[in-house]
Amino acid sequence: MSILAELQRRFGDAIVETHEHRGDLTGVVARDALLAVLAHCRDDAALAFDVLMDLTAVDYLKFPGREDGPRFEVVYHLYSIARNHRLRLKVRLDEDDPRVPSAVAIWPIANWLEREAWDMFGVRFEGHPDPRRLLLYEEFVGHPLRKDYPINRRQPLIGPAS
Amino acid sequence: MGVGSFFTSKLDEAIGWARKYSIFQYPFVTACCGMEYMATACSHYDIDRFGAGLPRFSPRQADVLFVVGTISHKMAPVLKRVYDQMTEPKWVVAFGVCTCTGGFYDNYATVQGIDTIIPVDVYIPGCPPRPESVIDGLMKLQDKIAGQAQRY
Repeated sequence: MSILAELQRRFGDAIVETHEHRGDLTGVVARDALLAVLAHCRDDAALAFDVLMDLTAVDYLKFPGREDGPRFEVVYHLYSIARNHRLRLKVRLDEDDPRVPSAVAIWPIANWLEREAWDMFGVRFEGHPDPRRLLLYEEFVGHPLRKDYPINRRQPLIGPAS
Repeated sequence: MGVGSFFTSKLDEAIGWARKYSIFQYPFVTACCGMEYMATACSHYDIDRFGAGLPRFSPRQADVLFVVGTISHKMAPVLKRVYDQMTEPKWVVAFGVCTCTGGFYDNYATVQGIDTIIPVDVYIPGCPPRPESVIDGLMKLQDKIAGQAQRY
C-alpha cells in the first residue's frame, strides 16, 4: 500500500516493520522518530491524518511467541476525514524503560488518552502537560491492566473528601 | 416487672409498628439492578402495601438507604456521605449481589461489599434480585424495624 511505502521511503529504518491485512495498515515505528512520523502523518497533504481515533497500550507479558520481545506497545489509530483512510502506528517499549514522547502537541485529544494509558499500563508520556491519573484515584498503587497486576490485590479505600 | 417497663415496651411496639409502615427510601441507584428496583416500585407489585411507596430523593428526608448496584472505589466516598446525611433512625438495604459482596466484579475497581463502608441491615442477593426477593427483603426489614428497641 502506498501510505506505508511512502512512510518507509521517507523515514527509512525508523519504520521498523509494516503489515497489511485486508486494507488495515500497520506500521511499527522506532521511538526516536515517533513524533516526526506522527507530525508528518498529520501535516502531509496526501496523508492528512487529522484525527487521532484512539491511543492505547498493550502488555505482551507472557504473550505466546513474544516472551523475549519488548513488553509494551503503544498503539496510535489515525483517521483522515478528508481522505477517508486509516493507519495504525505502534511503538515498542522495553519493560525497564516504558517511555514515549507525548503527542499532545500534535493532537490535543491525546491528553486524556495518554493519561489513561499511564493510569492503566504505567507508560510514561514525556512532555505531557498534565501527567496525572485519569480514571483511578491518586492513592491507587500500581497499574491494573498490566498482566502482572494481582487480580486479588485490594486497594486502600478512599474516605469522604470531607 | 413494674408498670413503667410494661408501658415502655408497649410504646416501643407502637413506635415500631408506625415506623415499619412508613419506610421512606432513598434509592442510591448506580447500575443495572436499578431496572429491577423500578420494576418492583411500579404498580404491579404495589409496595405501598408496606408503606414503602414513596421514595424521597433527598437523603435528609429518608429512613432507608437502598444501595442498588455496583459501588466502585470512586463512588464509595459519595455513598458514605449520603449515609452520613441521613437522620436517625436509619437503615440500609444492600440490593443485589454487587452491593452484598462485590459479586463477580472481583477486581481493582469495585468495593467488595458495601458493608466495608457502611453498616447494612438487610442483604438482598441476586443478579439482579427478582421483585419477590425484594419484597421478601422489605418484609424482613419491617420485622427488624418492628422488633428493635426504638430510640425517640
